[in-house]
Amino acid sequence: MNWGRKIAQGAMAAALAAPMMAGLGTAASAETTLRVVMHSDLKIVDPIWTTAYMSRNYGYMVYDTLFAMDENTNIHPQMVDSYTVSDDKKTYTFTLRDGLAWHDGAPVTSEDCIASIKRWAKKDGMGQKLMEFVKEMKAVDAKTFQMVLNEPYGLVTTSLAKPSSNVPFMMPKRVADTSADEQITDYTGSGPFIFKADEWRPGDVAVFAKNTAYVPRKEPASWGSGGKVVNVDRVEWISIKDHQTAVNALIEGEVDYLESPPTDLLPLMEGAEGVTAKILNPLGNQFMFRLNHLHPPFDNVKIRRAALAAIDQIGFLQAVIGNPDYYKECPAMFVCGTSLATDKGAEIIMKSDIPLAKKLLAEAGYDGTPVVVMQSTDVDVLNNLGPVAADKLKRAGFNVDLQAMDWQTLVSRRSKKEKPADGGWNVFMTSWTAADILNPIMAAGFRANCGDAWFGWPCDAEMEKLRDRFARETNPDEQKLIAVDIQVRALEIATHANAGQWYGPSAWRSDRVSDVIGGPMPIFWNLSKK
Amino acid sequence: MFGFIVNRLIATIPVLGMVAIFVFLMLRLTPGDPAAVLAGDNGTPQQIAEIREALGLNEPIPVQLGIWFSNLLQGDFGQSYFFKKDVTELILLRVGPTVALATTTLIITIIVAIPLGIIAAYLHGTWIDRGVMAFSVAGFSIPVFVLGYILVYLFALEIKLFPVQGYKPLADGFWPFIHHLVLPSITLSVIYIALIARITRASVLEILNEDYIRTAYAKGLKPTKVLMKHALRNAAVPIVTVIGIGIALLIGGVVVTESVFNIPGLGRLTVDAVLGRDYPTIQAVIIVFSFVYVLINLLIDLSYSLLDPRIRY
Repeated sequence: MNWGRKIAQGAMAAALAAPMMAGLGTAASAETTLRVVMHSDLKIVDPIWTTAYMSRNYGYMVYDTLFAMDENTNIHPQMVDSYTVSDDKKTYTFTLRDGLAWHDGAPVTSEDCIASIKRWAKKDGMGQKLMEFVKEMKAVDAKTFQMVLNEPYGLVTTSLAKPSSNVPFMMPKRVADTSADEQITDYTGSGPFIFKADEWRPGDVAVFAKNTAYVPRKEPASWGSGGKVVNVDRVEWISIKDHQTAVNALIEGEVDYLESPPTDLLPLMEGAEGVTAKILNPLGNQFMFRLNHLHPPFDNVKIRRAALAAIDQIGFLQAVIGNPDYYKECPAMFVCGTSLATDKGAEIIMKSDIPLAKKLLAEAGYDGTPVVVMQSTDVDVLNNLGPVAADKLKRAGFNVDLQAMDWQTLVSRRSKKEKPADGGWNVFMTSWTAADILNPIMAAGFRANCGDAWFGWPCDAEMEKLRDRFARETNPDEQKLIAVDIQVRALEIATHANAGQWYGPSAWRSDRVSDVIGGPMPIFWNLSKK
Repeated sequence: MFGFIVNRLIATIPVLGMVAIFVFLMLRLTPGDPAAVLAGDNGTPQQIAEIREALGLNEPIPVQLGIWFSNLLQGDFGQSYFFKKDVTELILLRVGPTVALATTTLIITIIVAIPLGIIAAYLHGTWIDRGVMAFSVAGFSIPVFVLGYILVYLFALEIKLFPVQGYKPLADGFWPFIHHLVLPSITLSVIYIALIARITRASVLEILNEDYIRTAYAKGLKPTKVLMKHALRNAAVPIVTVIGIGIALLIGGVVVTESVFNIPGLGRLTVDAVLGRDYPTIQAVIIVFSFVYVLINLLIDLSYSLLDPRIRY
C-alpha cells in the first residue's frame, strides 16, 4: 500500500467518523450550558480585592449578599431572614435565613458574615464610611449577629446592599480572614453557582456549575434580590475580545448571550433571526467629565465653572452613542429614575453656554494655561468623549492639548498628582454604571477630602460636611433634601459634571434563551435555555 | 556539525539576554501602570498605591530588573499579575492552539506556495506567471484581519461551512480540530504563500537559466524531472532561508489571527498581557517567541547541508 492510498483512507475514515463523533457529543451532553461572552475576560477572582466589574460579576455568580437592591432601588434582605433595629437606632440584629450553606457543605454562620463585612470594609469606600460608625460586630449565635454603632447611621442596610463594586459578598471566615491586600485563593462561596476553578482557562473560558444545594428565596428575582433560581446546569464565560467576532458567533448560534455588544453593531443583530437585543439595565450608565483641582487652570473655581458652562450632554451622547434609543439627557448626578434624582443646580451642564464660559474665564483672568485633556482611544464608549470635550473647551477660549492614549495608560496617568507638563493631567472623561453612583457616599466623584479624594482631588470642607450629614441622616426624606444640596454644591465647585446617561443593551439567542432578567450586573439565574 | 550546533546554541544566550533586557526596559519606560489596571476602574489612589507596593513596582528599575533576571536564570518567569498563576503554566495552556495554527499554516503554505512558484517560473511571462505574481502582491498587501473577516463572512456567515470562531483541541477529535482551524490557517497562510511563492519563482527562474539545466534538457529529460530534481533542489537554499525568516511574519500574524478567530493561543495571550500591562507575561512570551525564532533559524541553517552537500559545518 502506498502512502497516498493510506492518507486517502485515513481522510475517508475521519470524514465518516466526524458525524458519529458529533452525535456522541450531543448524546453525552444532556445538560444545558449557557455560553456567554462577557464585556471582558475574568482575570481576578477576588471581588473585594479589585473594583473591576468582571470580578463583581463573578462575585454575583459565586457569592451571595446579606441585603440586595431591587429594580426600584429598594433594599431587601437576601441572606438575612429578618433584622431588627433598636429604638436608639444603634444596634442592628441580623438573623440569617435557613438553608444557607457554603459550596463545601458547611453552614453559613454569623462569624463568616462578620469576617466578610470586615474585609469588604477595608477596601470599599462605603464600607470604610460604615466602619467609622461601627463600634463592634458580635455573633449572638450561629445564625444571628449584631452590629453595634457609636451613633445612628443612615446607610447600614444600603451599604450592605451596595449593588456594584465593591459588593459586600459573604465568604467563609477562613477566606474572609485573608488580608484585604492579598487576593484570595479559596473560591468557596454560597451563591447560586460554583466556580469550576479546575476548568478555568484564563483568557479563554471561565466555567460555573449550578449550585444544586442553593436554597433560593421565595420572592421573585429582581436585580440582586429575590429568588435566585438557576435553570441551567453550566454557564461558560467565553472570552471573545473582538466585538465583530462575538456578534458573528451570536448570529451563528455559537454563543447564547453577549453582555455588552457595541451599539454600532446592533443593526447586524436586529436583522438576525432568533437574536434579541435589549436594555437590561434600566438605570444605565453615566458619563463623567472630571477636572483636576490640583493644578492651574482648574485650581480656580471660576475656570472650572467655565469648563462646565462650555460643555453639554447632548454633544457627548450624540458623538458616542448616536442612537437616541440608547441615551438620555439627564440633569441628575445621582441618576435619573432614582429616589435622589434632582435637576437642581444642573442648568450649567445641560446646555453649552459659550458666552457664559467666556465671561467666567475673563473674570477669572485665565492666562491661556494649556489644558491637558486625556482621550481614551480603545474603549468604544469612551473614544469620542475627549475630542468633543476638547472642541467645546476650545470654543470657550481654553488652550486645549488633547492627548490620545489607550485606556490603561489613562487610568495610570489619572492617578498622577504631578503638573500636567510633568505627566499629570487636567481633564479626563469616563463612564460609571449607575449602580455605582446612587448616593453621595457611594459615588466616588463627590468626595472632596483633598489628597484622599478620588482622582481630581477636590478639596471642599462644605461638601464633606454635607456628605457627612447625609451619612448620619436616618430619615430618607431628609436624605433626599441633603442630596439636593450636595448636587448643587458639586456643580458650584465643579467636582465633576454628569455628561449624560446612556444604556448599553445586551443581546441573546431568544430562540433558545428565555426569561432573561435585567439589573445593574448581568444575571444568569432565572433565565432558561432550551 | 555538533560543534556548530553547540556554538549556535551558546550564541542564543546573549541574544535572549539582550531581548530580555530590552523588553523589560521598554515595558517600564512606556506609559501604563499594572496596579491601576488591577485596581479596576473605580480603584482609589490608595488602592493603586497599595498594589504597586505589593507588586514591587515602587522599587527602582535596576532592582526590579535584578530580581526578575535572577529568577529568569533559575527558569522562573514569575507570576502573572492578573491570574495569580505562574507564567510558565499560562504559556503551556496556550502553546497548543498556536502550535496547531502555525503547523497547519506552514503545511498549507508549503503545499501551495512552492508549486505555485515553480509553475510561475516555468511558465515565465505567461498569464499564469502574471496571475501568480498578482496573487502574491495582493496576498502581501491585504492585512491579515481584513482577509480574516472576508473569509468569515463568506465561509462562516454565508455558506456556513466553517465556524466563526473558537478552537477545539485534537483530543476532541480530528474533525472538530481541523474544522476550526481551516479558516484561520488559510487567513494566516496567504501572506506567507505570497512571500514564498515569489521567492520560489525568483530562485527557480535564476536556476533555469543555468547551463546545467540546458544540458539536462539536451539530455532529453522530462520538464518535471528537470524542475524537481535539478532546478528546485538547487533553488531550495534561498527558499528555506525565507521560510525561516518568515517565521517572524508568522508570529506577527498569529497575534492578529488568534484575535480575529478567537483562538486561545500565545498570540492572544500576548495581546491581553500588553493591554493589561501584565509585565511578567509579556516578558516571558516575547522571550519564548524569540527563542522559537532563533531555534527555527538554527534548524534552517542545519538543513542547508542536507539540501546542498557542498555546505559543511
